[in-house]
Amino acid sequence: MKNPLNRRNFLRLTTGLGLAVGLDYLTPAHSQPMKGQKAVQDNSKYSDVIDLTIQETSVKIGGRKATGITVNNTIPAPLIRLKEGQTAKINVTNNLNQDTSIHWHGIILPSKMDGVPGVSFAGIKPGQTFTYEFPVIQNGTYWYHSHSGLQEQRGHFGAMIIDPIEPEPFEYDKDYVVILSDWTYEDPHDVLSNLKKMSAYYNNQRRTIEHLSDDSMWREMRMDPTDIADVTGATYSYLMNGLVPETNWTGIFKPGEKVRLRFINAAAMTFFDVRIPGLRMTVVQADGQNIQPVTVDEFRIGVSETYDVIVQPRKEEAYTIFAETMDRSGYARGTLAISKGMSAPIPKLRERPVRSMKDMGMNHDMSGMNNNSTMNHDSSGHNDHGSMNHDASENMDHTTMEHDMFNDEAVMNDSNDFGVGNAGVPMMVQSRLNEPGIGLENTGTRILVYSDLRNIIPGYDQRKPDREIELHLTGNMERYMWSFNGKKYSEEKEITFYKGERLRLTFINQTMMEHPIHLHGMWMELDNGAGQYKPRKHTVIVKPAEKMSVEVNVDVTGKWPLHCHLLYHMKVGMFRTVAIADRPVEAS
Amino acid sequence: MNSKIIIYSSFLTGFLSLINIPIVQSETTQHLEIFKLKETITNNNQDIFTQDFDDDFVANENFNQEFAQQEYEVPDTNEENEENWPSPIEDDEIFWLLLVDRLEYRASDGKDLFYWDVQGWVGGDYERIWLKTEGEVAFAEKESGDAEIQLLYGYLIAPFWDLQVGLRYDREYGPDDDKGRVFAVIGVEGLAPNLFEVDTALFISENGDISARLEVEQELLVTQKLILQPRFEINLAAQEVENFGIGSGVNDIEFGLRLRYEINRNHAPYLGINWIRLVGRTSDFSREEGESVDNFSVVGGIRLLF
Repeated sequence: MKNPLNRRNFLRLTTGLGLAVGLDYLTPAHSQPMKGQKAVQDNSKYSDVIDLTIQETSVKIGGRKATGITVNNTIPAPLIRLKEGQTAKINVTNNLNQDTSIHWHGIILPSKMDGVPGVSFAGIKPGQTFTYEFPVIQNGTYWYHSHSGLQEQRGHFGAMIIDPIEPEPFEYDKDYVVILSDWTYEDPHDVLSNLKKMSAYYNNQRRTIEHLSDDSMWREMRMDPTDIADVTGATYSYLMNGLVPETNWTGIFKPGEKVRLRFINAAAMTFFDVRIPGLRMTVVQADGQNIQPVTVDEFRIGVSETYDVIVQPRKEEAYTIFAETMDRSGYARGTLAISKGMSAPIPKLRERPVRSMKDMGMNHDMSGMNNNSTMNHDSSGHNDHGSMNHDASENMDHTTMEHDMFNDEAVMNDSNDFGVGNAGVPMMVQSRLNEPGIGLENTGTRILVYSDLRNIIPGYDQRKPDREIELHLTGNMERYMWSFNGKKYSEEKEITFYKGERLRLTFINQTMMEHPIHLHGMWMELDNGAGQYKPRKHTVIVKPAEKMSVEVNVDVTGKWPLHCHLLYHMKVGMFRTVAIADRPVEAS
Repeated sequence: MNSKIIIYSSFLTGFLSLINIPIVQSETTQHLEIFKLKETITNNNQDIFTQDFDDDFVANENFNQEFAQQEYEVPDTNEENEENWPSPIEDDEIFWLLLVDRLEYRASDGKDLFYWDVQGWVGGDYERIWLKTEGEVAFAEKESGDAEIQLLYGYLIAPFWDLQVGLRYDREYGPDDDKGRVFAVIGVEGLAPNLFEVDTALFISENGDISARLEVEQELLVTQKLILQPRFEINLAAQEVENFGIGSGVNDIEFGLRLRYEINRNHAPYLGINWIRLVGRTSDFSREEGESVDNFSVVGGIRLLF
């Protein structure tokens, strides 16, 4: 039996913890500032071996006692910091009385190391230690979480930062992880049972008889226009770095410093809208990938996405980091301040949004669709970081656009035969990449949209996709059934990708909810009109009645999951296995 | 950092977790070692990616992919047979519901009674076993009442509709009488456009008599917690069954209006009114028994969701 507390790793994972004990409280390691410059310069500071122990631990969330699933005794799990080019060796010991697993979200690695029980490996049995070992061939902000049952909802997730070999194309002075999550004191399985009994169980923001006539079309369709989130603040506490809003996680800066905030949405079910009143944020990475910087006032972060932003607070003040939930039923909150104990006003929650007919694909007005298919030239205009490239978009080769298959026209949605697993079928489907999303339409501020995202370098494979797979996102809210093409996982398990192909994967959302779709093991290049600068993502949010395409280089082997990252949607069947097969020999 | 502090705190951490003291999560002293990369972007984005890299690392992603998939040997840590692996998700789980929709006291002119209507199911997405029961107990001079219980198999035939087949058992008892009968049931339950909850069924009794029932109800939110529930029910019969006081054609119609307060989703007391009118031959039979054919009551009760 290996000693899980090998000294160096113990120090590595608990340095912050120790400091806090010495001075003040015990805190989860993740909420500590990260290892600094020395670590970057001296590769020997990176652990060759990391030991993690998973167990049930009594924790306090917002002063209330609960039992969570912890990794090395913290929620969130400890920050893992790796260096690009190293080989990661991570021993995971399961001290639970049930199987567990760790999936390295967004990491390109051999499929056996992907950590999904039943797809990549058998899972980690109680008492067993499983060793993950893989070469680290990328850098950026990622995270890791259990892929077993509903463990993720109980706190089994943490941040994973991979430092680059080469300098990053932006500079900053301070670096913080901001990991957002949702916590419930209920048993997650009871949450799911409640949704099965009554899908609106947690919706305390339904429309009343006051709006009876406004809702006649929704009632006719047996839909609820306030169905924004399945699980809400009615049961959730929203956490920033594991801390409730009242505890106020605080990041310290000196005026004029550039602060890098690595936002990770590790929630089970919650989309957050993130803003820092008084500061503009320059988004420099999406899903761990460098993008051409975009300066915005606010961004929506879907479940399991990551965004790295740089802010430069100049005043000797406190700034609230405000992460409002998409359905406006709560928020996570922290503070950037020049010293501990400061706080700034907390914005009021905005009014909860209401679905429009556009979410049912019934808006024939295309006037809003004109400004996205070309490049977003004004994004760099907001950029106040002198070091950054203002000419990024001008340098692009516009002639490459003709190779682009991006198309934002609405098309009739005629494929509606998905059986009883699909309740509402939008009339039209269209690209919605230029829309900030429900509730953010008329803020009057600059909101990040998917069409803003462009990779910093051209994708290395500019082949045109030779094959297209259409995948419909389907659901029956009445019975809380979620699926692809009307079939849940147990009814239709596998999709085949051919090795070596460049594949076009088209998602058509037949439901009236946003779904964060996550593909393991391969990047999805979002076809958002960026030509050869398509952003690479591990998770894409597909809006209601949206038709969206991604391109995938199938350059791996093995089996990989493709699923909705809303935990309860995945649990009830919105999940597929992708099997990589050799291309069939064409019959002659 | 001072190694004494580290060792001290490590011991303390270990000790606290050993004795299972909850880890207090709170704000922390944020001391930061600056993580700074001095390199900045050059005028041409691509420059940074075409400059010389470390000898042992090439940023060419094609190479990386191959490195990940081929040149790197995956350690054989898991020798278990793939066929014994668990399913990545369990989407065939069995769930259940028990809804005590109405559990109420009905106060009406001279004849108060206690009434219940309970529905439950257990099963998966497509197939469910349903249990439905309703009945009443009257507290007049002599106790009397009737009760029915249905055990059904339901299958999801359309996104909003469940087809149900099974058996129903009825029992009536009173000072003079105690009788029961069995029916075969075929019905459809679901959500109609405009959010009407519909439950309709056809019954064939053990003697071959055919009858039918339609129940429609709706939920209207006055506030998030105050919910108005209008409901309508009609019973029909193809044949006259004098023994049970049933005429052919429409037997009765019932209107109800209940206003419930959801203390939470699982507990909701309510107040309301209920009106039953017997019609046709059924009302004649009732008159012959000396019973009223027009029954208005004020109701109070509780709705429970388990």
